[in-house]
Amino acid sequence: MSDFQIKKSSEEYDVIIVGSGAGGGMAGYVLANAGVKVLMLEAGPFFDPAKDSLQLKWGWESPRRGASTTRPFGDFDAAYGGWDIEGEPYTTKDKTEFEWFRSRMLGGRTNHWGRISLRMGPLDFKSNQLDGLTDDWPITYEDVKPYYDKVDRLIGVYGSVENLPNEPDGIFMAPPKPRLNELFIKKAATKAGVKVIPGRGSVLTEALPGNKDRSPCFYCGQCGRSCKIYGDFSSSSCLVIPAIKTGNLKVIDNAMVREVLTGSNGLATGVSYVSKRDMQEYQVRAKTVILGASACESARLLLNSKSTNHPDGLANSSGVVGKYLHDSTGSSASGFLPQLLDRKRYNEDGVGSVHIYSPWWLDNKNLDFPRGYHIEYGGGLGMPLYGFGWDVPTLNGMVPGRDGKTKEAGGYGASLKDDYRRFYGTQVYMAGRGTAIAREDNYCEIDPNVVDKYGIPVLRFHYKWADAEIKQAKHMQETFQSILHEMGAIVTSGVKGADTNYGLEAPGKIIHEVGTVRMGDDPKKSALNKWCQAHDCKNLFVVDAAPFVQQGDKNATWTILALSMRTAEYILGQRKRQNV
Amino acid sequence: MNRRESLKALGIATISTGVLVESCKTDKKPQTDKTTGTADEAGRQDYEVERDKKLKAERFFNDHEMATITVLCDIIIPKDAKSGSASDAGVPDFIEFISKDILEHQLPLRGGLKWLDLQALNRFEKPFKDCAEKQQLTIVDEIAYPNKAKPEMQQGVAFFSRMRSLTASGFFSSKMGVEDIGYVGNAPNKWEGVPADVIAQYGLQNV
Repeated sequence: MSDFQIKKSSEEYDVIIVGSGAGGGMAGYVLANAGVKVLMLEAGPFFDPAKDSLQLKWGWESPRRGASTTRPFGDFDAAYGGWDIEGEPYTTKDKTEFEWFRSRMLGGRTNHWGRISLRMGPLDFKSNQLDGLTDDWPITYEDVKPYYDKVDRLIGVYGSVENLPNEPDGIFMAPPKPRLNELFIKKAATKAGVKVIPGRGSVLTEALPGNKDRSPCFYCGQCGRSCKIYGDFSSSSCLVIPAIKTGNLKVIDNAMVREVLTGSNGLATGVSYVSKRDMQEYQVRAKTVILGASACESARLLLNSKSTNHPDGLANSSGVVGKYLHDSTGSSASGFLPQLLDRKRYNEDGVGSVHIYSPWWLDNKNLDFPRGYHIEYGGGLGMPLYGFGWDVPTLNGMVPGRDGKTKEAGGYGASLKDDYRRFYGTQVYMAGRGTAIAREDNYCEIDPNVVDKYGIPVLRFHYKWADAEIKQAKHMQETFQSILHEMGAIVTSGVKGADTNYGLEAPGKIIHEVGTVRMGDDPKKSALNKWCQAHDCKNLFVVDAAPFVQQGDKNATWTILALSMRTAEYILGQRKRQNV
Repeated sequence: MNRRESLKALGIATISTGVLVESCKTDKKPQTDKTTGTADEAGRQDYEVERDKKLKAERFFNDHEMATITVLCDIIIPKDAKSGSASDAGVPDFIEFISKDILEHQLPLRGGLKWLDLQALNRFEKPFKDCAEKQQLTIVDEIAYPNKAKPEMQQGVAFFSRMRSLTASGFFSSKMGVEDIGYVGNAPNKWEGVPADVIAQYGLQNV
C-alpha cells in the first residue's frame, strides 16, 4: 500500500482553527490581525459571496423555479449542505427525531442565516435563580458586554434602544421600517398584549465606519442567498476573507478533520484530516488548536480524539462532551389578511432579516412553563417562486369575491387567474423561538457501528422534548391565534394541537443547537473553563456554540461571535505569557 | 399536495431569509466538492450543475402526455387581457423538468393523465386532449372543486390540484407571470417604509 500514507507537514503553525463559521471566522480574524500565523481548515469549498452568491436571480433562472430539491431553503439559498449530506450520515436512537443541518463551505451557516442578532441578557447567563432548572454560566453578561459592543462596531447591527431588562441594547444602526403586513401585525399584537419592537439584525442599513470592503444594504431582502456587496454579516465575507488579506491566515478548504492529535504530554499537537479533493490523509501541526466546527461537529471531533492520555476522548474526563445538547424550540402559524386583497404593488423587499419582532414579554412565574420565547414575523409581496399560489384555490373559498359572493374553493381559468393576483401579498407568518432546557440526557455520542465515507465515526443523537418545551409551544400557538384574530386574519395553518405537540418542531430544525462542550468552573462538570479553554488540555479551545451552558431564547450567532473574540483575545494574552 | 405541504412551499416563496422556512425532505444529496468557475454557473456546486444537465437531457413525458399537459395548463391559466397563457409562459416545459427533479410528482402526474384520458374515452370516445373544449370542461368541472367533488372523482381532484399548483408556480415564477402579478422587487433600492398613500388607505398612521 505504498500509495496509502499519511502526509505529514513539517511546518508548525501558531494556531490551527477547525471551521470557518461565526466562531472559527472571528477567532481567525482576531488572531491573524494580531500577527499570529493561522491555518484554517474548512470541510467544504471556498465561498466568496461576492462571486458565489445567487443574489438577484429571478425564479425563471432556476429550472426548478427555486424549489428546494438540492438546497433545503431553495435553489438560490447560499447553504451548501443541509440536513442530509450524502456520505456523511448521522444516526438517532430511542425514537429521537433530531435533524442536524451542516453547511460545508467557507463561512458555514453564516452565509444563509437569518441575520437575527440578539444579545443574551443578564438572566440568560445566570438563569438558575429563575427556577433551579438550569445551570449558570461561569461568566456574566457584564463579562461579555464589552465583546458584544466590539462585535457590534466591527460587524454592524441595526436595532432600537429599548432599555428592556433582559434584552440588552447594542450599538445600533437605524432599523428598517416595518412593511405593510408588519404594521398590521404590530397593531394587532399590541392589542393582544404582545410587545413588538424593531428587529435586530446584522445588515448594514448605514455605512460601516472605517470599513471600505462592505457596502450598505440595497434592500433586496435576500440575505439568505448571501450578499455580493457584503451588506450583511457572513463569516466568509466579513471575517475570513479580510483575515486572509493580512497574510497571516491560510485556508485549506475541502479538508474534513478526523481528529485532534495530542502528544505524550497530553497537549494538542495538531489535527489530521482527509482532503475531499484527493481523499488522502494529512496531518498538520500547531502550538494551539481551536475548534469552531459547530456544536455537534466539535463534540464529534473531541469524542473521536481518543488517546492514552484522553481515553474517553479529548477534553472529556468529565464525560460531559456531547451532553446538554439543546436547540431553540420553534412553532409557527400563518394566515392572510382579507383587508389586503387587491393591495397596491410596490417594492417592499426590505432587508433579509426581521423588520420587527417580539422579545419575551411575560413572567414565567405566572405561567405553567419555565422559560420564554420571542416571535419573528413576516409576510407580504415576495418574489414568486416554486410553491407560489398553491394555497389560492383553498383561500378563494374562504372570503367573498369582488361581487360579494363567496365562490366554491378551487376553480380554474380567468377567474382563478385573477384570484392569484387578488390574494398576492396578503399573507402573514409568525414563528416562535424559545428557550429549551439544557438536559444531561439530551446528547450526541459516537455511534459504535457507523462511519461516514471518510471512515470517521458518526454522531448518534438522543433528544426528547419535555413538558417545559411542549407547554411553551402551546402558549406560542395560543398567542399566534390571538394576534391573528386581532388583525382579522384568516388562519391558514390550521389548529396545531396536542397531537403535534402544538407544532413544536423536531430538535435541530431551528438550527440553533448548542451546549455539547459546556464551559464551567468545575472540571468534573464541564469540559472548558470560562475562556473556552479545555480543562484537560490547555492549548485546546472551542469557539462555536458548543461552550454554551444554557441558551436563552436568543439566536446564538451574536453570542458565538462575542465569545470567540473574547477567547481569541485571551489566547493572545496567554501567548504573550508563553502559556500556550 | 396537502395544505400543510403547500404552506411549507409558500414559505419558500415568501420568506427569503430562510429562518422561517421548513425543509422539504428530498433524496440524499451528494456532498460538496467545489464550486465551478464558469460565470453562468458561479455559486452552483459541481454536482448541481451536472445534475441539471443530466435532467435536461432526459425526457419523461411522451408527446401525447405533453400535449395533454399543455391543454390542462391553459385551462388552468388561460390568456386574458393582462397576460398570456400558461403555455405562452413555458409552463409545460417547467412541469416536464420538475417531474424529473422532484420524483414524487412523476407517478401522480403520469397516472393522473391516464386517469383523465380514461374518463374522456369512456364519456366521449376520445383522449382528453382531442375532446372538444366543452367536453374537456365537463370533466374539469368535476375535479376542480375539491369540496363538492363526488367521492368517485377524488383521484381526479388530487391530480388536478397538483397540476393547478405546478401551473401556478410555473406561470407566476416566469417573466410573464412576475409582470402579471406585479412583483416589482429584486432590484437595488432604498426601503423607506410603507408609502404614505398606502398608510392612509389602511388607517395605519399611528401604528
